[in-house]
Amino acid sequence: MFRYIAKRLLSLIPVLFGVSIIVFFLVRLIPGSALEMYMGTQVEATPEQMVELQRIFGEDKPVPVLYVEWLGRILQGDFGYSLRTGRPVLPDILSRLPLSLELTLLSLMLALLIGIPQGILSSLKRNPFSDVINRVIGLLGLSLPQFWLASLMVLAFANFSGWIPMGNYIKFSVDPIRNLRMLLLPSLAIGIGLAAVIMRYTRNSMLEVLQMDYIRTAKAKGLTKRVVILRHALKNAILPVITVAGFNTGYLLGGAIVIEEVFALPGMGRLALYAIYQRDYPVIQAIVLMIATIFVLVNLVTDLIYAMVDPRIRLDDGGR
Amino acid sequence: MNMKSNSLTRNSIVMTGLAIIGVYIAIMAVSTFWLPFDPVSMDTDHILEAPSLATGHLFGTDEFGRDILSRIMKGSTISLIISVAATLLGTLVGTFMGVWAGYLGGRWDNVLMRIADVLFSFPSLLLAIFVMAILGEKTFNVVIAIGIVYIPQFARISRGAILTIKSSEFIKAAKSNGASSGFILRKHLLPNILVPLIVQVSLSLSVAILLESSLSFLGLGVQPPAPSWGNMLSGARKVMVIAPWTAIYPGIAIVLLVLGFNLLGDGLRDILDPRLRNVR
Repeated sequence: MFRYIAKRLLSLIPVLFGVSIIVFFLVRLIPGSALEMYMGTQVEATPEQMVELQRIFGEDKPVPVLYVEWLGRILQGDFGYSLRTGRPVLPDILSRLPLSLELTLLSLMLALLIGIPQGILSSLKRNPFSDVINRVIGLLGLSLPQFWLASLMVLAFANFSGWIPMGNYIKFSVDPIRNLRMLLLPSLAIGIGLAAVIMRYTRNSMLEVLQMDYIRTAKAKGLTKRVVILRHALKNAILPVITVAGFNTGYLLGGAIVIEEVFALPGMGRLALYAIYQRDYPVIQAIVLMIATIFVLVNLVTDLIYAMVDPRIRLDDGGR
Repeated sequence: MNMKSNSLTRNSIVMTGLAIIGVYIAIMAVSTFWLPFDPVSMDTDHILEAPSLATGHLFGTDEFGRDILSRIMKGSTISLIISVAATLLGTLVGTFMGVWAGYLGGRWDNVLMRIADVLFSFPSLLLAIFVMAILGEKTFNVVIAIGIVYIPQFARISRGAILTIKSSEFIKAAKSNGASSGFILRKHLLPNILVPLIVQVSLSLSVAILLESSLSFLGLGVQPPAPSWGNMLSGARKVMVIAPWTAIYPGIAIVLLVLGFNLLGDGLRDILDPRLRNVR
């Protein structure tokens, strides 16, 4: 297992390297330099000041050199300064990161908590009619725009603000209960689509596993239905579900960006949007880099969980 | 359940999907030469009117007095064109990359697939938002942004399909008969990877509509006053509590069309790819 983890961690390096290249060079494609944009908002500068500004904005060297220097600074935790506020980028992002992660995590949990039990239940009551219904619900989940769902929720609960607090955001560390109540609707809006997809996968996977010989053996041994389903069937049926849930974290992370805007939550997505509206490129670069890294790590964790649940993967690895 | 009723269900799913898409194409066609009202011009006398037969505003009016039904109809053209163009871009470039990488193998395969890996490291919506932030908010750029999201997906699928048939007997036979690479690609490889591609195209069209509406909702896609379902919902945010119809109808328009493409793609996958028949 250790060798497998080490191998997978090493394989991340070239991917993250590539991500950093894209994030750096795409921003360089923008017509007009960051310095020009900055100067547009400032008074005239003397030639000496211009040279100094060029050095600060990193426009005094060839682009590949700038990339290496930029990457070096990033690796030391220096993400540069916001073009608008002049403050360092990283602290601003780190203060908003926990909310976005909490939203993503909560929506994933809701999706699993709703999707898996529903999938199991519907796999037990099977008929042609429920086949179609489950398929349509699963596809409908894929078809709902998260931001529309969020808007409808705001609409529906606008008159019940006492039940779901909507005002200023309150951190989990300050008041956990109030925090969770605030994030319930946003997480539902992000995760409910995935819940429908997970339900469909759980159901299909269960249906497949329930036909296997070892399930018949377990039943024949006289085990209760409960034990057969939860201990024997679910354990194998859950594998594809883990993969689906893990790889859809990108969908949840992207959803969080939009949903933070709808519910006016001060997360990283909202920061990103304002940075985009204001053309604040260092902030955009840092956030894109951050989210992509989180996404890559989540995919790694998904693979590792998969490997832990399914011993065959480790065996394959040891044999190589 | 026997095979017959199974395939009947599958066909009806494909047909339902096609029917929904057909309705939208019909609406798009009608909207090019007839709309109930002008979708762009403002009418201050009829701001936020509730849906009613008497006024002729069947879906009501928005905060500028514009007819919502007319804007949804006009928006169907914009959404459909963007998602078709973006999917086409992703399909052409991605498939070219994937076929090239899969057929040639070796160094090119490595380089192209690593590029795809890197593009896969960005959540789709984030990548699209990032590209829009760089290119600027223009309708045409939405096509590029969504197309870029699709390139690695099509590259991976077509490469996988090419790899599975590359070493098969009939390709070897064609080679030993002296067929050129171009001929083999055209006549033997491409027809055989069409099945997974068609399914992917259909599912991609649905995601493209969601991505376009998300971008437009955030103000990064189609710019007002041109109507797109996403920016209509964005405008509705300020007024939806007093005029819920501004938020409800454009959303239903999105959901139904996306569902149509999803039904089509899902049903086609069952029919075309027998290996996935047990996925219901």
